[in-house]
Amino acid sequence: MATTAQPQTGAKPAASLSNEEILRYSRHLIMPEVGMEGQLKLKNAKVLLIGTGGLGAPLGLYLAAAGVGRLGLVDFDVVDFTNLQRQVTFGTSDVGKPKSEAARARLSNLNPDIQIQSFETQLTSANALELFKDFDIIVDGTDNFPTRYLVNDACILLGKPNVYGSIFRFEGQATVFGMPDGPCYRCLYPEPPPPGLVPSCAEGGVLGVLPGIVGSIQAMETIKLILGRGDNLIGRLLLFDALGMKFRELKLRKNPNCPVCGTHPTITKLIDYYEFCGVRGEEAPGPSVQVPEISPRELKARLDRGDDLFILDVREPHEYQICNLKGHLLPLGELTRRVHELDSSREIVAHCRSGKRSAEAVDFLRKAGFRKILNLKGGILAWSDEVDPSVPKY
Amino acid sequence: MPVKVMIPSPLRPYAGKRDSAEFNARTVGEALGHLTTQFAELRKHLFTEEGKLRSFVNVYVNDEDIRYLAKENTPTKDGDTISIIPSIAGGVRE
Repeated sequence: MATTAQPQTGAKPAASLSNEEILRYSRHLIMPEVGMEGQLKLKNAKVLLIGTGGLGAPLGLYLAAAGVGRLGLVDFDVVDFTNLQRQVTFGTSDVGKPKSEAARARLSNLNPDIQIQSFETQLTSANALELFKDFDIIVDGTDNFPTRYLVNDACILLGKPNVYGSIFRFEGQATVFGMPDGPCYRCLYPEPPPPGLVPSCAEGGVLGVLPGIVGSIQAMETIKLILGRGDNLIGRLLLFDALGMKFRELKLRKNPNCPVCGTHPTITKLIDYYEFCGVRGEEAPGPSVQVPEISPRELKARLDRGDDLFILDVREPHEYQICNLKGHLLPLGELTRRVHELDSSREIVAHCRSGKRSAEAVDFLRKAGFRKILNLKGGILAWSDEVDPSVPKY
Repeated sequence: MPVKVMIPSPLRPYAGKRDSAEFNARTVGEALGHLTTQFAELRKHLFTEEGKLRSFVNVYVNDEDIRYLAKENTPTKDGDTISIIPSIAGGVRE
């Protein structure tokens, strides 16, 4: 499971730097706030990054460059072409490789003097405590609620700081959880939102620079924790609005009734976080509605036959511009208001990008009395795979 | 007495794509009441069916969490900013 550049067991704390290291870190060493003492603290520090994606990219790069002596990289995913827009650790030639290993290779090249361990595994309740125990600081750069609650609880149980960052479209949040007198993630959000109330894929997406900024803030907080310098984001939630280019901060309080870090904790071991968050499997499923479907090939055959089908595209206008099946555009969010535009006597095939949103649309329209309505299975992605590869996937 | 309610991006689709709205309100509850009257679709994202604020939606008056003030009865004054801070996980993956 783990690969490591150098043996790391039983290592004594480093008490000096080589001449090469002195040259490499000279811009740190000439700052009194870091100096030789601070650089040795960095060299002896052990930081575990959960996720090597958008937030993990600047985290890994800056912490490796800064000379954090031991870095752990946890990621089970492989590099995808759509990651390159923001996950700047990876190059085009890394597509298809395991992220943790591709990141390890990149960071080792950046700084061969540090130990980097890659863990190509999904963080779970079964392995989290074991993985965390050898590290001083845990940095949360994940992208889903179950893992965030898992990271939080494991950090509280082990008494380790949790450097938190998260992003959505143009907005970011960062703070430091898990310090002795500070709040934890559950003090801020005792419960996750139910899957149906998190933003749908129509509102997903992220500007590539945003994780770069938020991940860099996490890297800065991590280094300050190691150096014991400055004021950390303990008890403060930093909010960043990239569109307005504004930073704000809110006060976070430790909740004495917190189920994990309060005075009478009810969570004293790791739980099933997928169940807790109301999702099964690694991906939150869309609404689990069962609706009548049509496969892309069947649809193609029926269109070629000249059947009278009304194609309803429930995506957003900006998605229609990327590619379309010449359908009638009516975004899912406007369906309730604009349902009168549709003729229930005609046979309708609804589609979106992947088939999730259109399943919701079909479900809604069936409840509204539409009888002849089908969902295009797999959406435009499946259409591109099975019928017309000239339609771009996004 | 106008107070400004900041609407976070995940909730903007339900609020006519607005990033903020101003209301005359004496309490946080009153301001959120006006907000969800103007944007009815927001209601289910902020409140339970019993009309209680959902546990994963945090509301602040200026930089203070209303859970540690008087909750929805927290008084507001001219120029206050009410922030709705929902939990966000990452947002990249669908």
